[in-house]
Amino acid sequence: MKQDRIVLAHGGGGTLTHELIAQVIEPKLDNPVLRAMDDSAVLSLDGGEYAFTTDSYVVKPYRFPGGDIGKLAVCGTVNDLAMQGAEPLWLSLGLILEEGLPVAELESIVESIRDTAAEVGVRVATGDTKVVEHGRGEALYINTAGIGRIAARRRLSAASVQPGDAVLVNGNLAEHGVAVLSQREGIAFRTSVVSDCAALWSLVKTILESGADIHAMRDPTRGGLAAAVCDIAVASGVGIRLQETALPISAGVRGACEMLGLDPLNIANEGKVVVFCRGTDAVRVLDAMRAHPLGRDARLIGEVTEKPKGMVLLRTAIGGERIVDMPTGEDLPRIC
Amino acid sequence: MHDVMNRIAELARQVGRHVTFMEVCGTHTMAVSRSGLRAMLPANVKLISGPGCPVCVTDTNYIDAAIELARRPGVMVTTFGDLIRVPGSESSLERERASGADVRVVYSPSDALVLARENPDKRVVFLGVGFETTAPTVAWTIKRAAQDGVMNFSVLAAHKTMPFAMEALLKDQEVKIDGFICPGHVSVITGAKLYRFIPERYGIPCVVCGFEAVDVMKCIVMLLAQIVEKRATVEIEYTRSVNEDGNTAAQQLIAEVFEESDAGWRGIGVIPRSGLAIRPEFARWDAAKTLGVKFGEAKPHPGCRCGDVLRGVLTPPECQLFAKACTPTNPLGPCMVSSEGACAAFYRYERKAVAA
Amino acid sequence: MCLAVPARIVELNGTTATISIEGALREVDVSLIEEPRLGDYVLVHAGFAIQKWDESDYQEWKEIHDSVSHA
Repeated sequence: MKQDRIVLAHGGGGTLTHELIAQVIEPKLDNPVLRAMDDSAVLSLDGGEYAFTTDSYVVKPYRFPGGDIGKLAVCGTVNDLAMQGAEPLWLSLGLILEEGLPVAELESIVESIRDTAAEVGVRVATGDTKVVEHGRGEALYINTAGIGRIAARRRLSAASVQPGDAVLVNGNLAEHGVAVLSQREGIAFRTSVVSDCAALWSLVKTILESGADIHAMRDPTRGGLAAAVCDIAVASGVGIRLQETALPISAGVRGACEMLGLDPLNIANEGKVVVFCRGTDAVRVLDAMRAHPLGRDARLIGEVTEKPKGMVLLRTAIGGERIVDMPTGEDLPRIC
Repeated sequence: MHDVMNRIAELARQVGRHVTFMEVCGTHTMAVSRSGLRAMLPANVKLISGPGCPVCVTDTNYIDAAIELARRPGVMVTTFGDLIRVPGSESSLERERASGADVRVVYSPSDALVLARENPDKRVVFLGVGFETTAPTVAWTIKRAAQDGVMNFSVLAAHKTMPFAMEALLKDQEVKIDGFICPGHVSVITGAKLYRFIPERYGIPCVVCGFEAVDVMKCIVMLLAQIVEKRATVEIEYTRSVNEDGNTAAQQLIAEVFEESDAGWRGIGVIPRSGLAIRPEFARWDAAKTLGVKFGEAKPHPGCRCGDVLRGVLTPPECQLFAKACTPTNPLGPCMVSSEGACAAFYRYERKAVAA
Repeated sequence: MCLAVPARIVELNGTTATISIEGALREVDVSLIEEPRLGDYVLVHAGFAIQKWDESDYQEWKEIHDSVSHA
């Protein structure tokens, strides 16, 4: 069915999002920097390399176990900078508030932003505030843009991954998405799962300082691990093979996904990084991650191959193989 | 696991000829595709999918009726997530929601009843699809609504039952079925006795199967063993959940609220007595009656071969539209749209086998 | 069709029970099963318990399931 209206799935980070960008947005704005489509744009300015990124936060509800939209708005953008190997320096903060939102709520969110930024060592340099008419509920939306200085010795890019590279992740998958879903109306389930929302720069710094040859890093946010690895496979023109029994998934996430018929590979993370490094450096990277509080459960989850180009395969627990496909965009509870 | 695979190989050798086993449950379709099992089987053992996806076999005119309801002011349409992207003749519930219609995804029919209680100014309609596993949950909800006098709640029923559909497949000359992998959770409700007529009348082995990949493997062992030993009977692999008689309370509930009716299966046609219609006593909770729903003609998409896929005559990659004009983001037929349709499952998890 | 998951009854209140699926909690209707008890294992579909499992059924399932994941 041809989409002539925007549907929720267009914001899911999967195939529909990609289609929208490729067909409607990018062609009108095309330039070499934009075309790279990494987590952050890499800009060469006055002899230095900087990463520049923007992200909007529309999570509903805006409070969830493990965090709130303010914390998310800082971490999400800082993490996009970190994925290019950039130390976060400055953020802009755009607030869009719905008429009727209690000021006390706004205050508490701003405090959350302040606290998270302080922890990370990044500062808010500029901002803007707008108010929109009363809509479907007291909402606030945030846009942040971030600038960071690239510290990595070599350029990290989704297109730089090579056959023979190792694929690693720093810990348990799908926690953020499950935590947020549990707060949503109409779904009604309770879980002890807490969002993994965290700023990853210090972990990334540790990985880079290990001396390992890192080719790319991706934070698997909306669309989950599946979207992140599919993006890399396509951008680098390689195959990726994951091992089902190696994927770190907690019992709590497993239970929630079982209940709702969801695939943990398609669910958002906000404190995870997928690392692609030269194969022989895998142990060095694992050791570096495990020595850091955000990497205690780090795992080697797969490898990069020459074929099939642009595809991700999963070796299943029974020894079979299946494709890990790019998710379409909206993960709904199913009964089938 | 290796033992089971070895056993399959051993029995397949003894059988010698080519055999085809059909599963008739979307959840089995998914389990087979997701585990990569199909490609691991011996060359003479073929697994095909039948019409086990309730979303896939729901006619376009049902979706059109649901959309018409969603467009009415003051109506809230509640549905399982499975239905939201299914295209009707011109639109889908997802698109209608994007255009402002009140369409809500729920996990349980009882969530829909709660929404009806909480929104007395709205007429809340629940889209009742699914087989015998889901029917009792919807029956119970209708009964509760009647008991508590929740008058703004109703169900647009499109439930279907398995046995007559399975029989229709056996009578179909085009498909050769050597054994049925019987749906595990339908059988929790109905009991394994539901399938007795198949070996008795048609001499085809049946095994009621669970949903882990290991369950399907064990089920294949049991089917092959029956063929080798020249037996045809109903056996239960899924002993954790299934017995001969099933859940009698649930069966009584279905009989109390629903009655047999003829039903149209998308791509197959009308199969007599294979549907469940809401009984006249509960007419006030039957959306078709209380909201004056008119079902138009069911219009299949031209060139679509879902009907043949649903009957097991064609495998997804054999359809000319598969992965070309018809993909999960641009689906032309129900087999691709439903997340557990044979084509969607094959596309998502197995298409490399085609591309290679 | 028919995603149904095994769960444990952790609270019971007439025809409503709170079930736990490895820690994920939800209210389900237990009207379709006979004499539900606290601690019972049940199979859950669309917000309803549709069958009881005993301890050995649950262990059998858990073994199969754990061999897939690596939690």
